[in-house]
Amino acid sequence: MPRVKIGLKYQLEYLSILDESGEADTSLDPDLSKEQLLKFHHAMLLSRRFDEYMLKLQRQGRIGTFAPVKGQEAAQIGAVANLEDDDWLVPAFRETAAAIWRGTPLSGMLLYNAGYNEGGRIPDEQNDLPIAIPVGSQIPHAVGIAYGCRYQDTDRVALTFFGDGATSEGPFHEALNLAMLFETPTIFVCQNNHWAISTPRDRQTRSETIAQKAIAYGMPGIQVDGNDVLAVYCAVREAVQRARDGDGPTLVECVTYRMEVHTTADDPTRYRDEEQVEQWAKRDPIERLQKYLKHKEMLTDEDIEKDEKEIEQTVKQAWQDTKEQIDALSDASVIFEYLYAGRPPYLEEQREGFVGGQDNG
Amino acid sequence: MAELTMSEALNLALREAMDGDDDIITLGEDVGVNGGVFRITDGLLDRFGDKRVLDTPVAETGIAGMAIGLAIYGLKPVCEIQFSGFSYMAFNQIEAHASRMRWRSRGRFHVPIVFRMPFGAGVHALEHHSESKETIYAHIPGLKMVIPSGPRNARALLISAIRDPDPVIFFEHKALYRAFREEVPDEEETLPLGESRTAREGTDLTIVAYGAMLHRALEAAEKLAKEDGAEAEVIDLISLSPLDDSRFTESVRRTGRMVVVHEAHRSFGPAAEIITRLMEKSFYYLEAPVERITGYDIQVPYFAREQDYLPSVERILDGCRRALNT
Ligand SMILES: Cc1ncc(C[n+]2csc(CCOP(=O)(O)OP(=O)(O)O)c2C)c(N)n1
Ligand SMILES: [Mg+2]
Repeated sequence: MPRVKIGLKYQLEYLSILDESGEADTSLDPDLSKEQLLKFHHAMLLSRRFDEYMLKLQRQGRIGTFAPVKGQEAAQIGAVANLEDDDWLVPAFRETAAAIWRGTPLSGMLLYNAGYNEGGRIPDEQNDLPIAIPVGSQIPHAVGIAYGCRYQDTDRVALTFFGDGATSEGPFHEALNLAMLFETPTIFVCQNNHWAISTPRDRQTRSETIAQKAIAYGMPGIQVDGNDVLAVYCAVREAVQRARDGDGPTLVECVTYRMEVHTTADDPTRYRDEEQVEQWAKRDPIERLQKYLKHKEMLTDEDIEKDEKEIEQTVKQAWQDTKEQIDALSDASVIFEYLYAGRPPYLEEQREGFVGGQDNG
Repeated sequence: MAELTMSEALNLALREAMDGDDDIITLGEDVGVNGGVFRITDGLLDRFGDKRVLDTPVAETGIAGMAIGLAIYGLKPVCEIQFSGFSYMAFNQIEAHASRMRWRSRGRFHVPIVFRMPFGAGVHALEHHSESKETIYAHIPGLKMVIPSGPRNARALLISAIRDPDPVIFFEHKALYRAFREEVPDEEETLPLGESRTAREGTDLTIVAYGAMLHRALEAAEKLAKEDGAEAEVIDLISLSPLDDSRFTESVRRTGRMVVVHEAHRSFGPAAEIITRLMEKSFYYLEAPVERITGYDIQVPYFAREQDYLPSVERILDGCRRALNT
């Protein structure tokens, strides 16, 4: 009876294209059009400024708790830029940049963060799911949706985002297993931002990488520099192509960093060193892209300034719109809507009691 | 004597309990280095080390399941589930195993676990962070389900829950964590599970409440005294399971009227059980239909409208007046 090495056919790659100075590896540079690259840049910058603006609003008590996206713009934009409008997006709760790319109105996000369920409604033509707060719980949805895409003979795909922390939850593992078994066109994008609230990445799992967890399910996996929008774009492009071609799911691990608080209710000074944050600031995804674009003479400081000004206006206007929407939402009895397709009699009684200022038990 | 908030009092209870018993282990997400997202486990890692204070990955099934193993082995785990809204990830372990271990093993094994969970609305929290679904746990045979209403009883109740030989679901209302301070005696106090207490004495009607709603009930009782000259007796239930039905049924025998207040949804909620117990034990003493003032049968709306969901002092007062005027 032998005792021999099992020759696993799986290998893992790490992909990085842009270095910290914005220099691209020419053999890997996807040579995207100027228009496309400027679109990435604008979306990433808008996400950053919108995030900062929300943080200010939160500190002023105008909106509630939210999870800032700062530092993860490349991981999100690079990934969703591969989706067609009618592909599906299944987010976790930190995907502000992805939502902006997909067309979710800023005012809607603000309305949601101001405490109104109405703000969480995704526009009709957009195939995005509402954010999912229970960690990891959304991942299997991207398997079901993707199965549906195949079942109805479309070449649509479903892409889901989740964090490094989410890979410790059962649904992550069940979803990968299901996706592989049923060969669904699902793209699993893990944003490994090194933290799950206070738990550092190396206390989340002893696996050297998250990408390697794909191997256990017989799935292709890849690790990419998540602060390099070109690397994320290329890795996810391959995954999307594989899915569209009917060749099944992929796990993409984007190595990035949570530059801000976990949520606005969190105090990271209790558990992490400011020094680590400063180290990662040097790898800022937006600055890196700007350097690259300047090298390529596609962007100047004047262009950036102009873009910044426009963005400032856009963001301010969004908050104005949100305030108007809030004023128009004075009727609180809407809390009785959308529970079922119809309203059962006992609930209608409760609603009438609410409206009439009386308890109808 | 020290004036403590409920979060400080819970922290004190954990420290005291762990000081006195090396078999107690605390585990959960962010409970160590971070001291828990509500700081209930603050300082425990420094005091007891990382063999007794376990920072777990984000894995509620694992937390609950591992706690069951720890408990079967003879240790006494206190788990923190970061918010009750995430306890469903652990639900199978709690329902299928924790609640049944003594029963299924015919007494060979038992699992003295405390599952601590913040719950309840009113602090502008995220979705899934504001619910009050104690009914789910109170309904399950084999589990105990308790909810303190303030610093002093929280500390005593947690000590008792940890010493209890059976699994206890321990709900902590987020709106009470830092709401007020209360004298907590230096010497240890316990509070047997299954005992309610009288929070206010009165003769004209009985209000039954618990958790954060106890304080709204008390406020309504004061208003009622001032504006209507009626004295409400207010019972703080504390234990939903086992339910102490002796105190409120005895109270209603004197007052003849009852209002039940809870934040949980109305249908099949705790009031349904409480009122049925009253029917069984004191029906002939009733002088008016019983009122229940509860959260509606909808999910807790996102925070701009969470107060519209919660029983207000006004709604409680209206309920009391209906009970008094029939
Ligand atoms: C099931 C569940 N458990 C716990 C929480 C509380 N919680 C919110 S975010 C988080 C950490 C998530 O970490 P990760 O998946 O890495 O995502 P990140 O926050 O870094 O984006 C935790 C524990 C939750 N929302 N859901
Ligand atoms: Mg993370």
